[in-house]
Formats: sequence, C-alpha cells, structure tokens
Amino acid sequence: MALRLRVDPIACDGYGHCAEIAGELVTLDEWGYPIISDEVPRRLVEIAELAVRQCPRKALFLEKFEPRR
Amino acid sequence: MSDVLAAGELRLLAGTEQGRPLDFAGHLAIHGELSLPTKRKDDQWRSAMLGAIEASGLTGRGGAAFPTAIKLKGAMGWKKRPIVAINLMEGEPAAQKDSVLAAFAPHLVLDGAEVLGAILDAAEVVIAVARDNPGAIDSLNRAILERSGTKRSRVDLKIVSPPGRYVAGEESGLAAWLDGADARPTFRPDRPAILKVGGRRAYVENAETTADVALIARHGGQWFAGAGGGLGTALASVSGAVFESGVFEVPLGTTLGSIVARAKPRGRITGLLLGGYGGTFVGPDALDAPWSNDGLRPYGGAVGAGVIVVFDDSSCGIAEIARITQWMSHESAGQCGPCAFGLPALATDLMLAANASSSGRLENRLTGLLAAIDGRGACAHPDGVARMVRSGLRVFAADLAGHLGGRRCAASSSPTVLELPKNDEVLEWR
Repeated sequence: MALRLRVDPIACDGYGHCAEIAGELVTLDEWGYPIISDEVPRRLVEIAELAVRQCPRKALFLEKFEPRR
Repeated sequence: MSDVLAAGELRLLAGTEQGRPLDFAGHLAIHGELSLPTKRKDDQWRSAMLGAIEASGLTGRGGAAFPTAIKLKGAMGWKKRPIVAINLMEGEPAAQKDSVLAAFAPHLVLDGAEVLGAILDAAEVVIAVARDNPGAIDSLNRAILERSGTKRSRVDLKIVSPPGRYVAGEESGLAAWLDGADARPTFRPDRPAILKVGGRRAYVENAETTADVALIARHGGQWFAGAGGGLGTALASVSGAVFESGVFEVPLGTTLGSIVARAKPRGRITGLLLGGYGGTFVGPDALDAPWSNDGLRPYGGAVGAGVIVVFDDSSCGIAEIARITQWMSHESAGQCGPCAFGLPALATDLMLAANASSSGRLENRLTGLLAAIDGRGACAHPDGVARMVRSGLRVFAADLAGHLGGRRCAASSSPTVLELPKNDEVLEWR
C-alpha cells in the first residue's frame, strides 16, 4: 500500500497553497489548479499532510492505493 | 446485407416496423405476458432472474458496457431498499434511442423497470426523462396510465423530469437532482461510485438495458445471447452526412459499414464519430469492423451509447471537431477548473485551427491543453472531450497539417455536417 494525494476538483478553487507547501508533489496548471504526482514518497508524507490541512477549501486528501509496478 | 436484422428478427423494436407505437394490447400481443412475483422479496424468483441476466451476458447500453448481472448482484447486497432510476435523459445530441424506445416501445421499458424494482426490492422506481422531451414524457405517462387499469402493475412507476443538459444524464448528476440538488455531477472518490438519494443508495440503469431486461425476463438468457454471437442486439443511432438518419436495432458485431449503409450515406465517408460526443473518431477503414467493443478496439473505438455520426468530404473535419468542442464546453457544469477553463480554451484554439489563422505552435498548444483537461474533472466530461479531439485530430491529420500550414481546406467554409442543438441560453440545473 502506498499513499497518494487526491483533489476533489469540485471543491478546489485554485488557491494554490498545496503547490506552495508541497512543490515536489503538486504543480499548478495554467489556470492555477493542482496537478498531482502519482505517489507520495515516505519522506514527503508529513509535507503532504500539511498541504491537506492547509487547503482553504478542504479539497485535498490522502488516500491509500495499490501502486502499479 | 445479411447481417442486418430482418423485420421479423427485431427484438426491442419488434412490432414497430410500420412506424406504429405499441400500446399495451399490442405490446402483450408481440411480447406476451410478463410474470412478476406476487410477494416482495421472492428469493427464488430473484435468483432465477439474476441467473438469466447473468447467462444473457447483457452489458450496460448507456456507454460503460459493464456487466448488468454484476452490477445487480452488488446492489442486491445493499442494506436499505434502494431507489431505482431508469435513465432516459438522452443527453447525447446524436443519440435517439431513448426517445425511440419511449415513443414506440414504452411498455418494454416499464416492464424492465418493474423487473429491476422487484429484483432489488426497490423502495421507489422512477423513470427520468429530460423535461425538454415532452413527446417521451407523454408517451410514457400514457403507457403508465394504460397499465394502471390492468391491476397488473405491482411496482409504482413515477416519471420525473430533470433539466435536459448533457451532464444531467450522467448518473451522479441524475442522482444529485433526484436528491434535491442541481443536476450536476458530484465527486465520487469511491469505486464503484456510491450514489445516494434521500439517504438510500440509488441504482441507475440505462433505458435500453432496462428494456433488454424485460426481454430476458420473458425469454431467458440463452435466447438473448442467441443474437450477435452471444452479445445480443443493440440500438444504433446513425446520423450526420446521411439521407436517412435513424435508430436501427442490429445484432452486436454487425459490420459498421452495413449499419451505416442503412442510413444511406450522402458522399465519400471521411470519418465516423462513435459512442457519443465524448466518444472516438475512427477513419473509413473501420467500416469493415464489427460494431462491438471487441471489433472496434483495434480502431480505438467503442459502441458507447450507440451513437454513429457519419462525416463526408462535404465538410471540414477540423471545423466539425471545433464545433463539437465548443458545444461540449457550453455543456460543462462549470464546477471543476480544468473543465470550466480548459474546454473553452481548447474550443478557441480548434476554431483558430479550423480557420487556418493560427501560428505554427498551435499543435503543441493543443497537445498541452488536452493533457491539462484529461482526467481532471469530477466526472468524465473533460475526458470524453479529450478523447474525441485526440482521435479526431488523428483521423483528420492531413486536414490539420494543411490548416496549420495556413491552407484552409475547400470544405472549411461549408456548413458542418453536425447539427448541434442550441445550448440553453439560461443555464438551468434544477
């Protein structure tokens, strides 16, 4: 089991805090909405959790998933 | 054209050959009585019915082609009695099959709704028809009235009419509307998606699939699989550059070309849009392919919602793609940034390409925009647009190259084949 960030695209208003906090995991598209990398490496889990907590729209969450190897 | 059904072999549309709708008496004369259990939760009947649907191999005809028996089996395990919603929203402008079923074989859809309601021990069964389709609403209302006098109906059927927008027929959009909210898709991180209406789980089923269930309930699974090499029949909505657009019932696996031939193509076919506006363009080489998911896969296509739009050399493929994209961008629910901003941007750039008034970098720009919208909405609306545009630009690659080189093709100023319905001026979601 690995962890990944996910965004609820309806809730997201493109504040972009996630990309500020977790730039290694999140980049923004040309309109300011997050593009999220596939898997959160262990060393970045805390940063990902911080990004989740700091989202003003509570649009970001972490979920477990089975990575395709 | 031996692989096209003769009149006597029609199933869903049996008895409607003369263009006459089947009233209840006519329906019973053609299809026979349907036996439903007299008590709730008749487990013997339910498992027999599920077995028949499993043996039939029936898959959802709304687009996803998911095995109906598996979907039902999952729903039979839900704790509370569910809401069953039969989806006749027909959001696809090029699809006509829900309207044809409602007009000509309404009792088959209602029979199927009763069967599904009984299998799932539904708390409520609703038939959802877009409110801008009064013909279908009238026909189904008349049919319900006809049956109510017969003491035959054991399941209460109610017609509801959400706004007729493209994504309102997406199952989460429909469930949201039934639950009292706007008819806009919702974000469902769970797989399979959990849809709720009034605190109950909702089971949403496509109209044609529902009518197929009514046939399987009468004749069994083996009978159903007896057509189309085990796949059954399906309704194809053929339109575009043809003289006689219409809905044709054919065995799945029928050659695409022979289905298209029935609609009498006007000119030299340059491409076909399969599945729906969020479907896949294929080139004329696919006319030899069997119309089934297996047969179309090598061409990147799928049966989807049964839509087949024919394009010929009278119009410009790039202009067609641009117009569909523009229409689809108006039909976005506007909830997700990448869809709300990406679709209009994509439509604008495609229009520039169609008018050959673009700079050389447009191709990269289009590739980037497609990546930015694909898979980034709560529902599959942007994904469908990306699929349609990518495949269309492949099929019409030569046209695109010419346009990007600043040469408008001869057909770019001719009217487009596709008659797009007007997007509503006032956005109505409730």
